[in-house]
Amino acid sequence: MNPRLTRALLAVSAPVLALVTAFVITSLVLAAAGDPVMDVWKQILSWPEGRNMANIINNASVLYLSGLAAAVGFRMNLFNIGVDGQYRVAAFTAAVVAGEAWLPGYLNTALAIVCAMAVGALWAGIAGVLRATRGVSEVISTIMLNAIATGLVAYLLRKATVRVEGSNSIGTKKIPEESWIPNISIGDGPGQEVYGFVVLAAVVGFLYWFVLNKTVFGFNLRATGSSTTAATASGINITKMLVVAMLISGAVAGLVGLPILFGESHNYGSTFQSGLGFAGIAIALLGRNNAIGIAIGAVLFAFLNEQSNPLQILVHVSPDIVAITQGVIVLTVVISYELVRRYGHRIEQQAVARALERERTEREEVPA
Amino acid sequence: MSVPATATGVVPAAPPPTTKRRIPTWTLLAAVPGVLLVLAVLETVTDAHDLASSGTIAATLVATTPIMLAGLGGLWSERAGVVNIGLEGMMILGTYGAGYFGYHHGAWAGVLGAIAMGMVGGLLHAIATVIFGVDHIISGVAINIIALGAVQYLASLTFVGLPGGGSTQSPKIPDVPTLTIDSLSDKLGDIEKDDTFFVSQLAALLRALCTNLSSLVLISLVILVLSWFVLWRTSFGLRLRSCGESPAAAESLGVHVLRYKFAAVLVSGAMAGLAGGVLAMVASSNYRDGQTGGRGYIGLAAMIFGNWRPGGLLMGSGLFGYTQTLGLRQGGTSVHALLLAVAVLALALALVQLRQGKRVGALVVAVAGLAIGAVYFGIDEVPGDFTNMTPYVITLVVLAFASQRLRMPAADGQIYRKGSAG
Repeated sequence: MNPRLTRALLAVSAPVLALVTAFVITSLVLAAAGDPVMDVWKQILSWPEGRNMANIINNASVLYLSGLAAAVGFRMNLFNIGVDGQYRVAAFTAAVVAGEAWLPGYLNTALAIVCAMAVGALWAGIAGVLRATRGVSEVISTIMLNAIATGLVAYLLRKATVRVEGSNSIGTKKIPEESWIPNISIGDGPGQEVYGFVVLAAVVGFLYWFVLNKTVFGFNLRATGSSTTAATASGINITKMLVVAMLISGAVAGLVGLPILFGESHNYGSTFQSGLGFAGIAIALLGRNNAIGIAIGAVLFAFLNEQSNPLQILVHVSPDIVAITQGVIVLTVVISYELVRRYGHRIEQQAVARALERERTEREEVPA
Repeated sequence: MSVPATATGVVPAAPPPTTKRRIPTWTLLAAVPGVLLVLAVLETVTDAHDLASSGTIAATLVATTPIMLAGLGGLWSERAGVVNIGLEGMMILGTYGAGYFGYHHGAWAGVLGAIAMGMVGGLLHAIATVIFGVDHIISGVAINIIALGAVQYLASLTFVGLPGGGSTQSPKIPDVPTLTIDSLSDKLGDIEKDDTFFVSQLAALLRALCTNLSSLVLISLVILVLSWFVLWRTSFGLRLRSCGESPAAAESLGVHVLRYKFAAVLVSGAMAGLAGGVLAMVASSNYRDGQTGGRGYIGLAAMIFGNWRPGGLLMGSGLFGYTQTLGLRQGGTSVHALLLAVAVLALALALVQLRQGKRVGALVVAVAGLAIGAVYFGIDEVPGDFTNMTPYVITLVVLAFASQRLRMPAADGQIYRKGSAG
């Protein structure tokens, strides 16, 4: 078979195999629990209506940023599990800065975004410095920093807040309307608006691809991630690269809470969404640390989340079933890529063996 | 460094290797009265009165046990060379198992159910890492996600409609038996109330050990000692540890490396499941969503702090369990008193580092100590949000100081394929 076709097929088969396996396993779990399998899939795989579509795109942009933050770390063999804490501290900072409105209009927004990235970078930098200087595993230190961030933000929220009228929740000062990022409308019905931050998320994705693949710094970063000894031999300062990678990862993580902040809630309250960090890790793994792959993974996860919301009402199945699907997808993706790689390796070896055999017989025929 | 053969054919002997000074075993036993002495001093000097009461110590025992068991699970797995980040997920599975089987079939069935559910998580991790060669941390993260989703799904499937149950909690689980020695407990209670320096604290410790001591806590301590015995005193344990240090060498000697790794990860899951069971049945009385609160990771930190040995693991878990308990009981004043202890400790450490000639390190630690001391004198009591994060901060600080002296199993995290001994 044409080798290019083979390679293309292999590249596509891995994620397809992963998704199919994950769906099969989920169906088995549903069947074992006695839930209606076909009804669940009919609901989940239905084409989303306008309002759901907008929600999917919004959630996908948030998950995309989270995935990018995790992916920057993965490229350096660093597991930044602290995206959760980083984005909450950063979003709180941005909300406070934007609420104070020291600058007019969009300058305020820009300042808030820069502050968010700085604080996110700082929070991740703590783990990075600990890892670089004291050898503390960043997996554990980032998880500890998540918990510390929860307490810190709760304390600061109590200190720096204004009671929101008509509700029991507390929050930061509302951001003035001139600093809001306008929503993009994608249809006629209610709620069919997409956060304007989607554009910025796409830009960050492009920058991720560009910096990592087309600049010297990105090359150094990827080199350190692949082999620290080779990187040191070529003159790269590993310690500095480690800290810088965590700083960048934290800066991107700081952006995760901003689409919601500037597009919908306009202040940071005690009910600000949490838990986006782990999903980002799963999406980065699913997308193989590739900018397009992460985007597809983010859309997939957002799709599953959104379409499973009415499951409880429609089919009396808990929507948590998709959490199982998402976790299983993470495993199956890695396993299927490995299996496909081994299979492709074996095909290649067989092709080479056949070619060598042919050459040998041809050479034996010639002198005859 | 190659040693050239001399003309006489005699190779000069290398100088005897200098053995690093290890912490001797008697420190483990001396640590307990030592800590009590420090706490007694703190209680006299500061306002805090609940630092070493029998209630605090009893609560510490209950808080330490899940962390210790989780760390033990991590120990079994990492000693065989498999990093197990999924302990949190396996613990969550254990809490659900305790809730479901405990409610339907009784207390001990709940314990066995917790262990079994934890083992299911361990099985998944083992299949992914040992058989398919998935990166250990990726597999652990995936298991955490799957376990959380599975337990939430199962809870809304099985607990809704039961009395006291719902989609985020189970009905009350029957208790495991507790042990109490009444006469001793009363006498010790009197000594404790006398408030004599150090004697009262000792009485409080003994009273906590003979009043309402849960049998699960005792069983967990026995499991800890058994684990030490199996891993360090039997040939099974030696082979298991060799799989974590050099699987290639072990395989060349005929050890079935993959089987040992598989078994170790299963045991690890069982321990984490039991930790979840203790959490659901002893620390509280039912399964609740989000009950584990990161204890799986704290257990891992305790294992690292303990240098991958059971004795150090127990000390690390005790430290984290104690700080967690303090944060919950009279948190403000107790953690405030702890600040003084930490400040004094930091200044002492700075002196030690100065004597060792590490100027910069000493300066950093001294500044930190002075800052903490300033905070202690500046405020009267620590706000609630900060007392809740005490165990996490302590974890970070301890790891930051101790990580350099620690040695993980040499082949920890290495993906091993059968026959790659070369």
